[in-house]
Order: sequence, then structure tokens, then C-alpha cells
Amino acid sequence: MLDLIWLVPFLPLCGVVINGLVGIRFPKWLTGTIGSLTVFGSFLVSCGVFYELIQLPAAERVKEVILCQWIASGDFVVNLGFLIDPLSLVMLLTVSGVSFLIHVYSIGYMHEDEGFRRYFVYLNLFVFFMLMLVSANSFLLMFVGWEGVGLCSYLLIGFWYQRQAPADAGKKAFVVNRIGDYGFLLGMMLIFVTFGSLDFLKVFPNAHQYLPYGGITATMITLLLFVGACGKSAQFPLYVWLPDAMEGPTPVSALIHAATMVTAGVYMVARCNALYVLSPLSLGVVAIIGVGTALYAATMGLTQFDIKRVLAYSTISQLGYMFLACGVGAFGAGIFHLMTHAFFKALLFLGAGSVMHALSGELDIRKMGGLRKQLPWTHSTFLIATLAIAGIAPLAGFFSKDAILWGAFQKDSWLWLVGAITALLTALYMFRAVFMAFYGKPRLDEHVAKHVHESPPVMILPLAVLAVLSLVGGWIGIPPSLGGGEWFQEFLAPVFKSAIPAAVHHQAGGLSFVGLAQAAEGLAHGEERSLEWALMGVSLGVAIVGISLAYYLYLKNPEAPGKIAGRFKTLYRIIFNKYYMDEIYNAIFVQPIRRGSEWLWHSVDENVIDGTANGAGRLCTGLSAILKRLQTGYVQNYAIWMLVGTVLLIAYYLFR
Amino acid sequence: MIPLSHYLGLSVILFTIGVLGVVIRRNAIVIFMCIELMLNAVNLSFVAIARSLSSLDGQVIVLLVMTVAAAEAAVGLAIIISIFRTKGTINVDEINLLKW
Repeated sequence: MLDLIWLVPFLPLCGVVINGLVGIRFPKWLTGTIGSLTVFGSFLVSCGVFYELIQLPAAERVKEVILCQWIASGDFVVNLGFLIDPLSLVMLLTVSGVSFLIHVYSIGYMHEDEGFRRYFVYLNLFVFFMLMLVSANSFLLMFVGWEGVGLCSYLLIGFWYQRQAPADAGKKAFVVNRIGDYGFLLGMMLIFVTFGSLDFLKVFPNAHQYLPYGGITATMITLLLFVGACGKSAQFPLYVWLPDAMEGPTPVSALIHAATMVTAGVYMVARCNALYVLSPLSLGVVAIIGVGTALYAATMGLTQFDIKRVLAYSTISQLGYMFLACGVGAFGAGIFHLMTHAFFKALLFLGAGSVMHALSGELDIRKMGGLRKQLPWTHSTFLIATLAIAGIAPLAGFFSKDAILWGAFQKDSWLWLVGAITALLTALYMFRAVFMAFYGKPRLDEHVAKHVHESPPVMILPLAVLAVLSLVGGWIGIPPSLGGGEWFQEFLAPVFKSAIPAAVHHQAGGLSFVGLAQAAEGLAHGEERSLEWALMGVSLGVAIVGISLAYYLYLKNPEAPGKIAGRFKTLYRIIFNKYYMDEIYNAIFVQPIRRGSEWLWHSVDENVIDGTANGAGRLCTGLSAILKRLQTGYVQNYAIWMLVGTVLLIAYYLFR
Repeated sequence: MIPLSHYLGLSVILFTIGVLGVVIRRNAIVIFMCIELMLNAVNLSFVAIARSLSSLDGQVIVLLVMTVAAAEAAVGLAIIISIFRTKGTINVDEINLLKW
């Protein structure tokens, strides 16, 4: 079964080929079925591989399956192959599973759309690249997947390219990602220069031999890679593309811009844990950027009225949590949150899509309200997802978020404090959206209100499955302090363990790495247990406070938010306008580059380049203007020239 | 026996007349005839030299030149007739379409 791993990305590629090349006359149900079933096939193969892998003892759960040699140029050899280990398997299962559900949902959601086939081709292509990304055995192959998902993201954000906004949003996403990719590329080159190879299994186990602990090379590599991760995973300062990416179809937002692609950065940082632990500076940067982005995005989520944008800022915020986990060395917790987040955030987006479907495309939560009765299924699943993201026990989000906060607390209590505040804000803005959309008085437009209807079963079913996953998904990682086995982290531990001997060996990190070792090995000492319980109590408490606050502000007392906004007018305006970040970027980067390009266009391109080309032409014309006088058209002139030539030739031979 | 130099002198005179005719005269027919004159001047020197060297090569080439001259006359005259039909003249000063 392990050798069949290539089927996992290959099956969605088959879907692309079938639907894309010969599917032009297929009916919609067939296109949708092919698209969904190929992804389901990937999921089944992943399950098979998973089953086989857990039969092995923990230490042997790393397999490399090489298909063929891809590039061989002197010392530079890259194989086309797959790395199977607990980390890549968790990602494969999450990606293929969630993708399948979203494919099924899309059949219903996109049914009326003219670009149905195009949509499924892009979506399958995305799944192919994403699965390549997470199962690649080298940085280069990972980069192929990395760029591929970026391309599909661009194509799907701009899916309705006939309108200006999606086309612009797609372009923005592409350009911003390009900046991050450049960092990734540089990091990759530095890795090759340092290690002489790009294979994961040649780089990571030897990392501590090549790179001294805290050395400049390790810091450079990890920071450059983190730039790439920032771009892909929408972290400050490269997050600006994600809110705009909501212009794409909602299932795309769910799949690419919430559950899978944007987590690629987290996956990459976790995959490179062996490098990151060698650089305490990089880890600090990752943690601070992560927790900063988490808080920053959460504040923006508070003020938005577009339901999808609220979810987008929430995604950025949750991704910040995952980076916080990586930054404090709790990689297992980060991946755990990545997985649970995939469940409940996909569910939230699909729920929002279902609301949009019911309300003829309405996105503004001020024009919703009271939908609970008309959309019972959407409401209950959305509520489950919201409870999960708010961190209410025993839903999925509670355990993963708590694992992160516990890891953060062990490293630095300030990180924990910011994380806890973010948790409060998360609960507040998520329940704000729920209360405004599903509770209270209906504020629907009249013509919309007439057509409100629950979505078809093909859309409800994925919602239900994801709701179950959001409910129970966290139970695989219950910490020992609550009587669980932390089975998930234990499963992942071998991947992150290789990093620890290097760190402990150097001991330069001192105390912080004791915490790291414990977090990764899933140990919790007795005296720490009561502290852990206290922290859990606090995070549960802030979630409940957030929910109550939302209840008070948006349901009980709907005028209050307006009054508060009026009180802090400047602050509100800054946050409502997303800290004017788009405007600042526009002024600092876009306009200067634009003006510079225009200058280059008008002066360099038009004068130098065009001038050279036109000048060459003009030179020839000028010279010809002189020489053409010879060509009189009189046959006797030519005869004279012939005569002169002949005489000269003869004279030359006679008198030389 | 007439010495070779006489033949060659005549040949040179004929050739020069031909060249001057081609360059100076304006009537296409006359120019054409001058070209023939040049060919025949060359023929004369070929024959004379062949005779003085007792070699047949020169004679053979003369036969070839005469054949080519006949063919050229046919084509050339046809072109001149055709020019006359379109332009109404065979004065080469008035025929200068092929110029810049």
C-alpha cells in the first residue's frame, strides 16, 4: 500500500485530464461526480497508507517512495518521490478528506454556474498540487506544489473574471504570494548551498551537523523560509491578499483560503522543525509574528459586516495561532490546530455559502437576522463550528487551541496572554456573526426574504459530516491532564523528535528547550498539571466571556455597538478600514513601483529600447538614401559601371 | 600570312566600337547590335589565337558563343518588341522604370 502513495496526487490529476480534456459534453452531474470521486479515491488511498503506517513501530514510520530521477545536473540531483511520515499523512488525510466534502458541496453550490466544468478542473488541479506539496520528499518538489496551489488559488479567486473585483483580487493574491515565494526560493538555494541536497531526508537528520546552533546560516535559511510561509499563510505583513480572496466562490474560500492551501506555510515550518530549532531568533520571530497577527486580525474581524470577510480575518488569526505554536516549539500542537481548524473553518465557510445560497448572494450580516428557523441545518452546523472555533470544550477547537496556549505559556507568559486575549476576541466576533445572522429580528430585503430556502441535501451532507468532525475531531488529542492520551501529538512526535536531540545537545537554549522537549514528547509533570488546569479554565472562561459579550452587544442590546463605536470614533474608523493597510501598501509599494514602471516605460523603454530598434532602421534608410542614387534605371549607366568595374579588375591583374 | 597581331588589333578595334556603341547610343536595337559586335570581336580573337596555337579549343568555344548569341538575339529582340508595344518607344533614355 505504501508504494501506491503516488496514486494520492495522481487521482485528482486524472480528474483534471478527464474533465478538462474530454469533458466538454459531460452533463454536470458526471463532471461533479468525476471530480469528487477522484478526490475520494485519494482519501481512501491515504487511509490505506495510514492504516499500514500505524502497524509499524513508531521509530520506523518514515518511508520514502521514489518514483524516478527528476533532475540530474552535475552534483544537483533531485528525485521525484514521496515522503511518508506521520506529518505528511496527517496532511494528506486532512486535505483529501476536506477536499472531498467540499467537492460534494460544490456540486450543489455551483450548479447554476456556467463555468461548472472549469470550476471542477481547477479544483481538482488544486487538490493535485496540494497533495504534491504535502507529500513531496524534497524542497524542490514541495516548491512545485507550492507554486501550483498558488496558481490554482489565483485561477479560482478570479473565477468570475468577468467582474473587475475578482480579477483584481486574483492578481493581488498572486503578486503578494510572489514576494513570499521569492523568500522561499532564496531559502531553498541557501539550503542547497549548505547541504548540497534538497531531499528532506538528507537535510533534516544532518541539520545539526552542518549548522551550528544559533548560527547565522540557520537563521537566514529559516527566516527566508518563513517569508515564504508568511506569504502563503497570510501572516503579517503579507496577509493583505486573503481578505480580498473572498471574491472567489465560497467553496473555494472554504477549501483553499481556509482549510488547506493557507496552512501550507504552517506545514512547511513544521516540516522544517529540525532547522527552526537551531535558530532561537527565527523561532522568536515566528512566535511573535504569529501571535501578533492573531491579535491584529482578530480586531479587524470585529468590525467587518461581510460574513465572508469576518471568516477571512478569523482564518488569518487562527493561522497566527498555528505559527505561535511552531514558534514556541509546540509543532505538534500547531499541526493539531491546523487539522481541527480545517474542519471547523471549512464548515463555517460552507455554512456561510449556504446562507448566501439561501439569500440570493447576500453577504452583509446587517441584512440577515433570524435565519435560525428558516435554515435549521445551516444554523445548527454553523453554531457547532462557531463553538469549536471559540474554544468551548469538548469541541475540536478547545483542545488544539489549549495545546497551543499551554505551549506558549511554557515559553513566555506574555505570548500566552496575547493568545488568550485573541481567544476572547475570537469568541466575540464569531458569535457576533452568528447572532447577527441567525438570531434577532429579520432584517432581510423584501425581495430576498421571499426566496429564503434551506440548501439541497448535497450541500447539507458535507456540512453535517464536518460538524461531526468539528465536534469530535479534538478528542484524538486530549492532553494527559484531562485523562486523554494526547494520541495525536504522540503520533506526530517522531517527526518532531529528530529536532530535539540537536537542541538539547547544544543546551544553549536552556530552559526554553526543556519546555519544548516536554511539549513534543507529550509529558506533563504532576506539579504542572494544576497549572495546566488553571490555564484551561482561563481559556474556557474567556471564550464564555466573549460569547456573553457578543450576546449582550448584538442580541440583547443592539444599539450598544453603535454607541461604543461612536465613543471611540477614531479607533473604530481605523479598525473598520483595516488599519488603512491597503492604503499604506498602495502608497508605499504599489504607487512608487507603478510610477517607477511608468518612468521606465516612457523613458527607458520608449527611448532606449524603441530608440535602438527604430535607430537601426533609420540608419539603414539614411545610408540607402545615399546609395540608391546609383540606381538610376538607365541601362546605360549600369553598363558604364560594368565597364568601369571590368577595366579596374583587368588593370588590377595587369599592374599588380 | 597575316600575323596574329593584326587579327588581335582588329578584334580590339571592333570590341571598342561595340563598347562605345553600347554606352553612347540611345536606340535599343543599335545597342543590341553593338553587343553582337562585341561578341564577334571576341570570336575573332578566339579563332585567331586557336589558329596560331594549332589548337581546336578556341574554335569550339566560338561555336558555343554563336549559339548563345543566337538565343540571346531571339530573347533580346522579343523583349525590345514587347517594350515598344507598351512604351511606344525603344529609346533607352525614356525607359527607366527600374529605379529607386
